[in-house]
Amino acid sequence: MTLTTDPPAETTTTELLHFSDVAMTFPNGTTALSGVDLTVKKGEFVTVVGPSGCGKSTLLRIASGLTPATAGQTNVATKRIGYVFQDATLLPWRTVQANVELLAELNGIPKKTRVAEAAKAIELVGLAGFEKHLPKTLSGGMRMRASLARSLTLDPELFLFDEPFGALDEITRERLNDELIKLFTEQQFAGLFITHSVSEAVYLSTRVVVMSGRPGKIVETFDVPFAYPRDPEIRFTPEFAELAGEVSHALRLGHS
Amino acid sequence: MTTTAPPTGPVATNPKIRTVSRASEMPKRRGGRFPAWVPPIIVFIVILAIWYFVSYVVLDPARSFLVPAPHVIIEQAFLDPKTLGDIMGALARSAGVALTGLAIAIVIGFLWAVAMSQARWIERSLFPYAVILQCIPILALVPLIGFWFGFDFPARVIVCVMISLFPIVSNTLFGLQSVDRGQRELFQLQKASRWTVLQKLEFPAALPAIFAGMRISAGLAVVGAIVGDFFFRRGEPGLGSLISNYQSRVQGPELFAAIIVASLFGVVVFLVFGWLGKLAVGRWYDYSK
Repeated sequence: MTLTTDPPAETTTTELLHFSDVAMTFPNGTTALSGVDLTVKKGEFVTVVGPSGCGKSTLLRIASGLTPATAGQTNVATKRIGYVFQDATLLPWRTVQANVELLAELNGIPKKTRVAEAAKAIELVGLAGFEKHLPKTLSGGMRMRASLARSLTLDPELFLFDEPFGALDEITRERLNDELIKLFTEQQFAGLFITHSVSEAVYLSTRVVVMSGRPGKIVETFDVPFAYPRDPEIRFTPEFAELAGEVSHALRLGHS
Repeated sequence: MTTTAPPTGPVATNPKIRTVSRASEMPKRRGGRFPAWVPPIIVFIVILAIWYFVSYVVLDPARSFLVPAPHVIIEQAFLDPKTLGDIMGALARSAGVALTGLAIAIVIGFLWAVAMSQARWIERSLFPYAVILQCIPILALVPLIGFWFGFDFPARVIVCVMISLFPIVSNTLFGLQSVDRGQRELFQLQKASRWTVLQKLEFPAALPAIFAGMRISAGLAVVGAIVGDFFFRRGEPGLGSLISNYQSRVQGPELFAAIIVASLFGVVVFLVFGWLGKLAVGRWYDYSK
């Protein structure tokens, strides 16, 4: 992965992530991704929808630097990257406070600063009062909030989400969607969000990218015209339904 | 889960529905009608009864010393100051050997497992020896150990370490490797060093398995201390020498008393380590899972 801090052309100054013709072939010969072009700019919230196993997660792993791409250009213009996994991945022996402090701790930030940062992040995700709780005493949604708070302490410019709410019930998922939108508008990060829920994709994003099944390719991109902050009720408007229908249609075409 | 019927309507007054909701509570009371401590007491009484039966009915009176009745053991061994003194002195010496051996096994086993967790090639080169160590017929080796290291305290401790090492090695390694992939990647994303990963992730995650291993090893260390002593029969006599002496002098009640004390000591050590494990990780880890 090439890490460019100074993007070459002035038109790309706000590009935080730029993939061109990225491909990923695993050692066993499976091609997970091929010919992926993707850009995430400052102020954007891009959601990738696609069938299971289409390489969506691989895309995030490449973006974060966990896995190098086997071909193509990948430029990530920031080091402040938040990553929220499918599971909350909290350390069960640490309290919420200590879990949220973890990343700052690993980056060598002094105790005093990280305690304050963690407290702020816990407040932001609405977990104030649960600082001393252990993960096992929290609900799935609260664990995910703690996981979000943990990444927020990095003050990320680019926030990667790997189907974070996939395991939650519908009501919790919708509530967390709203809070995520709130965080997005307040904290000014760019988002790259993976999901297999069309409605979640349209509701959250400025842009929806549809991927096909293996090998994962981008088949279509939709701009979402709704303004932020978004009213949960827009989900029931004809415009929303129409856009969601188009995304679903593209998804089905790419799947067959 | 409790089923609460709505306060009004035909459902609440339907006795059949009530019965169903009661039935759903049944699994909780699987223990039956008596308190939890009753079944163990009954089993204990049955075992005593079988013991007496063997001692008085199955065995010829002339041979009943082979399985002396419980009260005979208490009267002739435990209530005899000389015998009790011998057994307690031997227990103290064996306990010293067992605990020293266990402490050494814990240190060596932990370091061994940590080394193996650092790279596949180290694991592949070192794990077979842990397995071999476990499979060596230790009884055959004990006399040799005596010749190599003398028949005193160090040789006894070595036998102990050899017997109790494997559970620590295998459990610690299993624990260190059981870390969730997502948690590992979380550390990887922050470019955490290997040492940091070991200290802040792998070691805490492995603690429940480490304590489970220590609990098994604790029992084995007691066995090891007695086996070594049993064969050496020189130096300061521990429970093993004592058992060996009682055997050769056909002192049935004394022999059984020594065996009972040795077993109880093993049980106590096992329980203490179980308790220590709960103390260390019980706050976040549920052993009953």
